[in-house]
Amino acid sequence: MLALNNVEVMYDDVILVLKGLSLQVPEGKIVALLGSNGAGKTTTLKAISGLLKTEEGEVTDGSIEFLGKRIDGRDAATIVRMGIFQVMEGRRVFEHLTVEENLRAGGYTSKGDGNLKNKLELVYNYFPRLIERRNQKAGYLSGGEQQMLAIGRALMAKPKLMLLDEPSLGLSPMLVQEIFGIVRKINQEERATILLVEQNARIALGIADYGYLMENGRVVLEGTPEKLQDNEDVKEFYLGLTDVGKRKSYRDVKHYKRRKRWLS
Amino acid sequence: MDFFLLLLVNGLVVGSIYALVALGFVLIYKSSDVLNLAQGELVMLGAYICFAFVVQYNIPFFAAFVLTLVFSTILGLSVERVVLRPLIGQPIISVIMVTIGLSSVLRALVQAFWGTDTRPFPTIVSEAPVMLGSIPISQVYIYSLAVSLVLLAIFTAFFRYSKTGIAMRAVADDQQAALSMGISVRRIFAMAWIIAAVVSAIGGIMVGLINGINISLSYMGLKVLPVAILGGLDSIPGAVIGGLAIGVLENLSGGYIDPIVGGGVKEVAPFVFLVFILMIKPYGLFGKEIIERV
Repeated sequence: MLALNNVEVMYDDVILVLKGLSLQVPEGKIVALLGSNGAGKTTTLKAISGLLKTEEGEVTDGSIEFLGKRIDGRDAATIVRMGIFQVMEGRRVFEHLTVEENLRAGGYTSKGDGNLKNKLELVYNYFPRLIERRNQKAGYLSGGEQQMLAIGRALMAKPKLMLLDEPSLGLSPMLVQEIFGIVRKINQEERATILLVEQNARIALGIADYGYLMENGRVVLEGTPEKLQDNEDVKEFYLGLTDVGKRKSYRDVKHYKRRKRWLS
Repeated sequence: MDFFLLLLVNGLVVGSIYALVALGFVLIYKSSDVLNLAQGELVMLGAYICFAFVVQYNIPFFAAFVLTLVFSTILGLSVERVVLRPLIGQPIISVIMVTIGLSSVLRALVQAFWGTDTRPFPTIVSEAPVMLGSIPISQVYIYSLAVSLVLLAIFTAFFRYSKTGIAMRAVADDQQAALSMGISVRRIFAMAWIIAAVVSAIGGIMVGLINGINISLSYMGLKVLPVAILGGLDSIPGAVIGGLAIGVLENLSGGYIDPIVGGGVKEVAPFVFLVFILMIKPYGLFGKEIIERV
C-alpha cells in the first residue's frame, strides 16, 4: 500500500535526517516504526503526509508511493484527500474549539455533511468518553481524552492509512492500554492500515504485524514482532531486559556496556 | 431625555458600523494572528469605489453596491496572493509591517484618482426622518443599523456552524495541525482577507452615505482598533459589543462632556475606556484566553 524507497530528507538544505530509508506498509496491517529520540521517526511520517514543507524540510532523494502513485512533493491537503491522515505527536487538538468542532475539522476533506452524523456516531462509539464532553473546549480535556480526540479526528476523514505519532506520549499505562486496544479495533473494524511510531516498543510490538527499528535516519532492523522481540539488542536497548530475559535491575549493574550488533 | 436618546441612537448606529469594520480586524487576526493595519484603507477604498460607480459611471446604487463587493473580493484575493503569500512562514511582525506599507499604497492610490476633497454621496435613501417616539432618526441610520446587525449575525453563525468557519478557527488555533487534516491554510487566509475587504467596504459605503467620503475615512481603521481590542481581538461577539459600546460612549461623551471642556473628549474617550478595560481584562472582554494545562 505504502512504499518508501531510499528516501532522503534534508532540512534547510543542510541537515540530512533520513539517509536512505526504505519501508513497506501492506494493506490492512499495523506496522510499527520504533527507535530512540532523533532517529527520524517523526520526519518519516511528515515526509509521507507532506507536512515537511512547513518546516523547510524536503525529500531530496528516493520515492514515496501510495497505492501505486508517487506522493512525495505533493502538498498536505492533496495527500489527505488521497486517504492518508497523520495524527501528530503531542495530540495537537484545537484548544479553543469544542470537541465536536474538532471532529468536524477532522472531517474537513470529506464532501457533504450528509453523513456527518454517522461519522460522529462512529467516533463516539469508539470513544464513549467524548460524548459527555462534546460541547466542551478541547483545551480543558485530560491528556487521554485529547489523544482520543486526536484519533477521533482522524477517523472522521475515513483514511485508508493512518499515521500515528506516539499516541502513548504522556499517558498513564492504563490509558495507553486502552488507546492501543482501540487502535487495534479501528484497524480490524474500519479496515484502516496503520503506521505506528512509538518509543514504547513493548506495547507497539504487542499490536503490530510487522516492525521496523530505526536509528540515525535509516532502518537497522526489521521483522515480525516475535523476531524483533527475540533480538538480543532489542531486548537490551528497547525492552529493558537482560540476556536471560529478566527485567533489568539496577541492583546488579553490569560493569560492561553491551554494544549494538547491527551495522549502523 | 430626548437628547440622551438621540445620542444613544446615533451611538448605536455608528457603533454598528464600527462593529462591522472591527469584524474585518477580527477575521484576519483570528485566522492568521496578523493585525491588519490597512483595515481603514480597505474601508476608504470600498467607499470610493462605490462612489465612482454611482457618480462617475452612473450605475444605479444597488448594482454599484454589488459591483463594489465583487471588487472587494478581488482586492482581498490579490492582497493575499501578491503581498501575503510570499511571507508565509516569516515572522508575524514582518507581515504586520507589510500591512502598514499596504495602507500607504492604498491611500496614495485613492488620492491619485480622487484627490483629497470631501465628496458627498448622492442621496440614495430618502432624507425624511422617521420618528421614533419623540426623536427623529434619519432613514439611512436605520438601514445601516439593520445591514450591520444582519451581517454580524450571519458571520457569527458562519463561524459557529459552517465547515469552512470551523476550519478557519482551526487554522487560527494550530496551523500545522489544520494542515495535517487537509485544510488548505492558504485558502483560509485568502477567505479571511476577502471577507475583511468586503465587510470593510460595506462599512465604508454606509459611512459615506451618512457623512460623505474623504480621505480621512482611512482613520476609521485607527478608530476601530480600540473596538477590536476591547472586544478581544479574536472574538466576533466581542467586535459587536465593543463596537456598540464605543459608538455609544463616543456620542455620549461628545454630547455631554465636550460642551463643558470645549471639545476633544469624543475622540479620546474610547481610548481611555480601552485602557481601563484592558487593566481588568487583558485579553479584552471576550478574547480567547490562553488555555494552560498543568
